[in-house]
Amino acid sequence: MSVAIVRFPGTLDHASAHAAVTRMGGRAQYAWHADRHLPDGTSAVLLPGGFSYGDHLRPGAIASRSPIMAAVRAHAEIGGPVIGICNGFQMLCESGLLPGALIDNDSLSFICRQVDVEVVDSSTRWTGDAKSGDSLSIPIKHHGGAWFGDAEQARVVLRYRGDNPNGSVEAVAGVANEAGNVMGLMPHPEEACDPLLGSTDGRALVSGLLA
Amino acid sequence: MSRVVITVMPRAEVLDPQGQAVERALRGLGFDDANGVRVGKRIELEIDGPDPAQTARRMCEALLANPLIEDFHVEVE
Repeated sequence: MSVAIVRFPGTLDHASAHAAVTRMGGRAQYAWHADRHLPDGTSAVLLPGGFSYGDHLRPGAIASRSPIMAAVRAHAEIGGPVIGICNGFQMLCESGLLPGALIDNDSLSFICRQVDVEVVDSSTRWTGDAKSGDSLSIPIKHHGGAWFGDAEQARVVLRYRGDNPNGSVEAVAGVANEAGNVMGLMPHPEEACDPLLGSTDGRALVSGLLA
Repeated sequence: MSRVVITVMPRAEVLDPQGQAVERALRGLGFDDANGVRVGKRIELEIDGPDPAQTARRMCEALLANPLIEDFHVEVE
């Protein structure tokens, strides 16, 4: 049982993701974008944040077509847990594993700050003991994080509370696939797992990989 | 060998903050007639084979454009 953290050229947040998974008592192994198979013993997949392939063409576009993604897709299709954080969310939308697309923030600014997100759907594996309506304090850091899609059709799990920082449709911050095993979000739960970082509200999302 | 030009533009219903920022900057320079600015991409490439336009369209569907947020136009020179 271990979490495969996939690294691409330009991935930045693999180390903090690794630290968050191990802090929660899980085991993590890195996988490389050019691999055709996930590491032996993989039970869940984490696509971390960063600027894979320099965000060329569209954020996540090239990464979502790299060799490892066929294995990630196969893992998702048999119900295996997959979470994409920030750039990983962009990859999951680009690959069609999640609905919608991420476009530039309406401010055109890079935003780096703590935000409150509201749990909209507490029935997936990704929100732990939180109930619908609860708030989680988690940081965001992105330039192209405005989710665009049909919020009525999508399984919206998280929404920004208060100001919508990036102009996403219906203030969507995170969505799951219909089955609930694939989750993507712009906020960084792996940066909110240690009291030293000001919040431990990200643990619920990381623990979804270990459940 | 055919030279192909592909234009990829944000779809009309998708917010184009880059276009809006450029429009504001143009107006700031005194170009008060600037309206409806939208910013897209131009991709040039050479394609071998019998039907370069069809090949280019397949490339757009596979990678170069995201149909949820972008439209594309293919021109064979």
